[in-house]
Amino acid sequence: MSRLIKMDASGHSTLAEWTQEDQSGFDAAVREFRTALDEGCIGVLDQGEGQAQQVRELPRDAELVILRRPIAGG
Amino acid sequence: MAAEVLAELGAVSWRQPTDERFLRRYARIWLCWTVAYTVPFLAAAIGLVALEPLAFPVALASLAHAWIIPELYAFRGASVLRPKGPRNERSEPVAQGLLGDLLGHLPRELQRRTGLAMQRSRMGVWLIGEAGAVLVAPGGRRVHCFCVRTTDRGLPPSDRIAHLLLALRTDEQGFATVANHAFCGAPWRVRRRLPVAMRPALDAACEAARAEDGERA
Repeated sequence: MSRLIKMDASGHSTLAEWTQEDQSGFDAAVREFRTALDEGCIGVLDQGEGQAQQVRELPRDAELVILRRPIAGG
Repeated sequence: MAAEVLAELGAVSWRQPTDERFLRRYARIWLCWTVAYTVPFLAAAIGLVALEPLAFPVALASLAHAWIIPELYAFRGASVLRPKGPRNERSEPVAQGLLGDLLGHLPRELQRRTGLAMQRSRMGVWLIGEAGAVLVAPGGRRVHCFCVRTTDRGLPPSDRIAHLLLALRTDEQGFATVANHAFCGAPWRVRRRLPVAMRPALDAACEAARAEDGERA
């Protein structure tokens, strides 16, 4: 089961879940993902070993995609 | 680190990339600057007492300046790691769980004890706080303190750390470029200004930076 989550004031919220075979679930996740990007979020795929990758398209085979807000110098 | 450009870099396109060379040069400038504002006060104190021993109260004031000004800079450096913003105690356990999943076993334990997430990387060893980060340079003899935060201040503390951690993992040089450099100096100068609970994290980061430097050599 793959998940799209967004870090928010509640800790994080699961926006969508899908499986490899579940096309409608994935389509819904893509819609959520694009809406979040339009709102200014950044999609990140944590790859472990201290590496992460920004994603602009929702990867179907990813286990977990995290949406974060931009950062800025304080 | 992945060879990728951090999305936020577009907002600071005028900045010179903060790479290892930039940081070494910056460290030298900080050292010169520290000497430049400390030595004149010390010299004035010595000169005053030499010329007129009764001027020792003024000499003491001059010595106090030589001590206080570097301390204020170090305080500014340590402040980047201090807890800031709302605690969000109800949602913090959820955020803590996600942050724990992102960290390995030892950094997770360290984060739970100290509130700081440790991340080894090419430029050194990072400590990530809620609204800032400290980079311990290879060898563990110098730290660079950065002010950097997520733009959503309503997040629970662990989510704010997770934001910075994910950005750092995406593009370390971009992360350091987006952040504002607040201080550079010896780790002990920052350590004694840190909350006691956070000090073991800085000790662990310095130890890791020394060990990595030994391995590279």
